[in-house]
Amino acid sequence: MRVGYYPGCSLHGTARELDESLRAVAPPLGLELVEVNDWSCCGATSAHATSHLLSVALPARNLALAEEQGHDQLLAPCAACYNRLASARHAVACDAALAETIEDVLGRPFPSTVAPRNLVEVLRARLDLLRERAVRPLTGLKVACYYGCLLVRPSEVCSFDDPEDPVSMEEVVTATGATPVAWRRRLDCCGGAFSVARTGSVVRLSRAILDDARSAGADAIAVACPMCHSNLDFRQKALVRRGEAELPVLYLSELVGLALGLDAETLGLGRHFVDTKALVERALASKPGPAAKPGPRPSAPAAAAKPASPAAAGTEAV
Amino acid sequence: MARIGVFVCHCGENIGRTVDCARVAGEIGKLPGVVHSVDYKYMCSDPGQALIKQAIAEKGLTGVVVSACSPHMHERTFRRAAGGAGLNPFLCEMANIREHCSWIHEDREAATDKAIDLARVIVEKVKRNVPLETIRIPVEKRALVIGGGIAGIQAALDLADGGAEVVLVEKEPSIGGHMSQLSETFPTLDCSQCILTPRMVEVYQHPRIRLMAYCEVDAVEGYIGNFKVTIRQKARSVDETKCNGCGACQKACVVKNVPSEFDERLGKRTAIYVPFPQAVPNIPVIDREHCAYFKGRARGMKKDACGKCKEACARGAIDFAQEDRFVTEKVGAIVVATGYELYSIGKDQPAAGLKGYGEYGYGTVPDVIDGLQFERLASASGPTAGKLLRPSDGKVPKKIVFLQCVGSRDPAKGIDYCSKVCCMYVAKHTMLYRHKVHDGEATVFYMDVRAAGKGYDEFTRRAVEEDGAVYVRGRVSRVYRDGDVVKVLGFDTLNGTPVEIDADMVVLATAMRPRKGIEKLAQTLSVSYDRHGFINEAHPKLRPVETNTAGVFVAGACQAPRDIPDSVAMASAAAAKVLGLFSNEMLEREPTVARVDAALCAGCFHCERVCPYGAVEHKEVRDRKGNLLKVVADVNPGVCQGCGTCQATCPSKSVELMGFTDEQIYAEVNALAL
Amino acid sequence: MNATLDKTSFEPRLTAFVCNWCTYTGADLAGTSRLQMDANVRIVRLPCTGRIDPLFIVKAFERGADGVIVSGCHPADCHYTSGNYHARRRFAFFKELIEFLGLPEGRITFSWVSASEGQKWREVVNDATARVRALGPFSGYPGTELPAWPAAGAPAPNPAPGGGGER
Ligand SMILES: Cc1cc2nc3c(=O)[nH]c(=O)nc-3n(C[C@H](O)[C@H](O)[C@H](O)COP(=O)(O)OP(=O)(O)OC[C@H]3O[C@@H](n4cnc5c(N)ncnc54)[C@H](O)[C@@H]3O)c2cc1C
Repeated sequence: MRVGYYPGCSLHGTARELDESLRAVAPPLGLELVEVNDWSCCGATSAHATSHLLSVALPARNLALAEEQGHDQLLAPCAACYNRLASARHAVACDAALAETIEDVLGRPFPSTVAPRNLVEVLRARLDLLRERAVRPLTGLKVACYYGCLLVRPSEVCSFDDPEDPVSMEEVVTATGATPVAWRRRLDCCGGAFSVARTGSVVRLSRAILDDARSAGADAIAVACPMCHSNLDFRQKALVRRGEAELPVLYLSELVGLALGLDAETLGLGRHFVDTKALVERALASKPGPAAKPGPRPSAPAAAAKPASPAAAGTEAV
Repeated sequence: MARIGVFVCHCGENIGRTVDCARVAGEIGKLPGVVHSVDYKYMCSDPGQALIKQAIAEKGLTGVVVSACSPHMHERTFRRAAGGAGLNPFLCEMANIREHCSWIHEDREAATDKAIDLARVIVEKVKRNVPLETIRIPVEKRALVIGGGIAGIQAALDLADGGAEVVLVEKEPSIGGHMSQLSETFPTLDCSQCILTPRMVEVYQHPRIRLMAYCEVDAVEGYIGNFKVTIRQKARSVDETKCNGCGACQKACVVKNVPSEFDERLGKRTAIYVPFPQAVPNIPVIDREHCAYFKGRARGMKKDACGKCKEACARGAIDFAQEDRFVTEKVGAIVVATGYELYSIGKDQPAAGLKGYGEYGYGTVPDVIDGLQFERLASASGPTAGKLLRPSDGKVPKKIVFLQCVGSRDPAKGIDYCSKVCCMYVAKHTMLYRHKVHDGEATVFYMDVRAAGKGYDEFTRRAVEEDGAVYVRGRVSRVYRDGDVVKVLGFDTLNGTPVEIDADMVVLATAMRPRKGIEKLAQTLSVSYDRHGFINEAHPKLRPVETNTAGVFVAGACQAPRDIPDSVAMASAAAAKVLGLFSNEMLEREPTVARVDAALCAGCFHCERVCPYGAVEHKEVRDRKGNLLKVVADVNPGVCQGCGTCQATCPSKSVELMGFTDEQIYAEVNALAL
Repeated sequence: MNATLDKTSFEPRLTAFVCNWCTYTGADLAGTSRLQMDANVRIVRLPCTGRIDPLFIVKAFERGADGVIVSGCHPADCHYTSGNYHARRRFAFFKELIEFLGLPEGRITFSWVSASEGQKWREVVNDATARVRALGPFSGYPGTELPAWPAAGAPAPNPAPGGGGER
């Protein structure tokens, strides 16, 4: 399937491994990523805090380009980009006067037919293929799925999953053969864009997330947002206390890539600050499973994770 | 030839300021058929009405048009005046040149032109009016009360004490409603059971009240003064005439672990049960879903799986073969008092707009309970005999967090209204808690404290000042179980700081919603309800206990969130309205009803299909020898309410709505073009 | 009002068929709230939208209306429980006829206005008036030989004999 691809600035910078891993897993999952020609900033950084008009016009421009280039869906792997694109589309849909202004500003019609999609949504739509092609199921790996704040909220904008009790990441992780753990801070804020301005807050928030994931017995955290990744991965050295083990933080696409049998380098796993080598070795050591069947689930669920999330259970039944 | 009199009212300055009333009277006076046209300062005043009467007498008027305010305001007044002068009242109509003209326009020229148009339209209509007779119908002086909560109980008692016969229908095995579940009640903290049970017994013993518990209203026909109600008596499996309420059957029952509805699932009951010891009537019912005998039957077992209750009953009252029965009752008025239920925070919701609270665990954390559950824990008759023990492990909670406005005032969760009673009962809960657990810490998260009512604000202050409740203004973002404690993450908006509390128990003040199934009951009764399902009152200020269907009244929490004093006041008001209605032998109704021209009617009965009231009957037309010629439609004027849908639907135009005939309406439309 | 017939001073005439319980009362409320609005609409009161025969609308245009408003209780709020549902269904069919009759759809406004929506009634009136004003005078059904009706306030000619089947 052909999908418009909007990498945004992070995927060309700090989140290159997200770009690399996504491009690597796309073909086996039947996705053709077509980068939108002449894309520009989505407005997630400062525009949406300083100018309402700009915060809608910038994403609208990118959606309009995607439309012109013949797409009906636009994949924005960065959660912030996704949120901006979806919010702008929502704002225009709810406000006829704004819609007019936007068309004026863009100098082109904006019929708003392109649906923004996020990383989780796109992967979840391909669970069957993923299960079929997961030649190296990540059996035994316990993963804490971290949604952060931008992926499922506000609910009227990001309506692809339950805003308070989402399940889609867990479904994807289950399909890789790994086990999602039940934990509490899945939807908390990591400090996001205050990474530089208010490091203190980021330390407090991100540490709570890491602590909770660790005490739930997770071997790794899965994320779908470059901002979360940089706070949890890049800052982790500063967050862990003495004697504490570090917790690898992987993009969901990287986990999927590992399960699909792709090698660590292709997936950009060498670019992480928290070493992923041990984890990758474990994954490689897992014996190739029968590709056609879903990865078998570990017999005993993780200690702290009592009932695995309902979604995980649901997927199992598939 | 018509002889119409037109009376243009200045309404003091109200009309006269923007409409040139003299010009209106002058222009209208030129119309053919208008023999008298004048303007006057106050038509509704005594001298104004005298003008009308005088003109009718002196000029022999055949119709009267009063150009003044809205007919909703004074149509009755002027019709009575016309009637007083010997003119059939329905030959008098009003043109609305105040609400629809002088009050909404400033341009005197345009307003006057419009007023002339409006008056001319009504003149053309009145020319085609025919004399009509008011319909008189006898009143059945019995009332039906639906719902036996405090509102229904109060209404039934007031009605019966006022001399009316009452049928009280309650769907549960006992009356009492939610009030019977409460421990102590604000604002006086008197024990709920102590003030309620005597009234329940009074209902039971009242010679004029027929109590029908474990029954539901199945169908309603008829109209004010003459309703015919079909009531389903659900099978109790116990013969009411034989049972003396000794309770031996319950002791004998082998199924002992059914979650008790009365104890909000915190306690257990048997399969044959009375909901609570003070139940009225004190007659058990078999819950067939859980009873071993009926389960065995359902599994197709030949032998009876159980029969312990039957063996234990000395009076032979157990009747496994009992079936639902239907009885019909004739009543003249109906009071709806079906009460409320609480918003569930779970994933499964009764309506699409309601969302539940994933952030509070969708109801999966055992020590997160709702207000009614707290009432049961605090109640001396409750599952813990009045000791405050938390559900998960039976420990005494040392720290309780109360969350207000869960569901209420939260459009994102589907409800935007305020549930009104929660601020008060949360304050009450903190007090009850401190009275039982002296070193307990109560924290309340609130949006606003809305304690308007006599002694109410003082009450909430007492919770803070005397019983040490800590009020935190702000919302809670997440509640989850963390080992032994319930973690509460919230935000104090006055301090601007996040708050994190390790609580032993969390009590949610969930929103009050109308009962499940209320929409269906409302449709059965033809009363309207708002988008949440609360029954609509006829007028929010002036007719608060009437509904838009004549003869149907409303009381208590089925109309909006209400506390006990409100519910009781409404119930007494509804009873007074019904007694007022019953003080008439006959009722008068406007003759705006449909009539069929049997000669034209082809008997297609489209009218029957669209009639909301079932007023269309079949009538046989026979020749003189008695041979059936055809079957035609016939409208029962007692049942018809006069919407006219039949007339707009009739392909042969053989049914006409009196007062709004095609001829009249076309005359109005034509008059606009002149 | 002066009778000059140039387009800019065109004041359309609108007939409104409204139900007694919701919209008529809502219009009363607009009055008691003193909500100023265009003076182009004349209300014909009916018990219920269920009583409205689509031919009333046809007739109104035939007799010189430039626009028509039909308004009643919101769905589920009908005083007579279901009259407005029947009306809604009837008008769904009628809409398909509108074009056939040569009426641009913008000349007919269907709306729900409850007894508490005086404000909404004003919007309905003003919007419908503005829309019809922009459309200009209704010049009669194509194919029928109706004399053109002058603008409001101008002396009306006698209806031409045979000009559109008087009832
Ligand atoms: C936690 C909590 C604490 C409260 N504490 C207080 C307090 O201290 N003081 C105070 O003044 N108020 C208090 N209230 C409010 C109080 O409960 C209500 O005001 C009162 O119960 C309303 O009475 P009601 O008769 O209208 O409704 P309900 O008590 O709900 O009774 C309705 C009855 O109708 C029956 N019914 C429902 N549907 C049908 C049907 N279709 N056919 C036949 N019967 C039907 C029901 O079974 C029920 O018996 C509290 C409320 C809550 C939630």
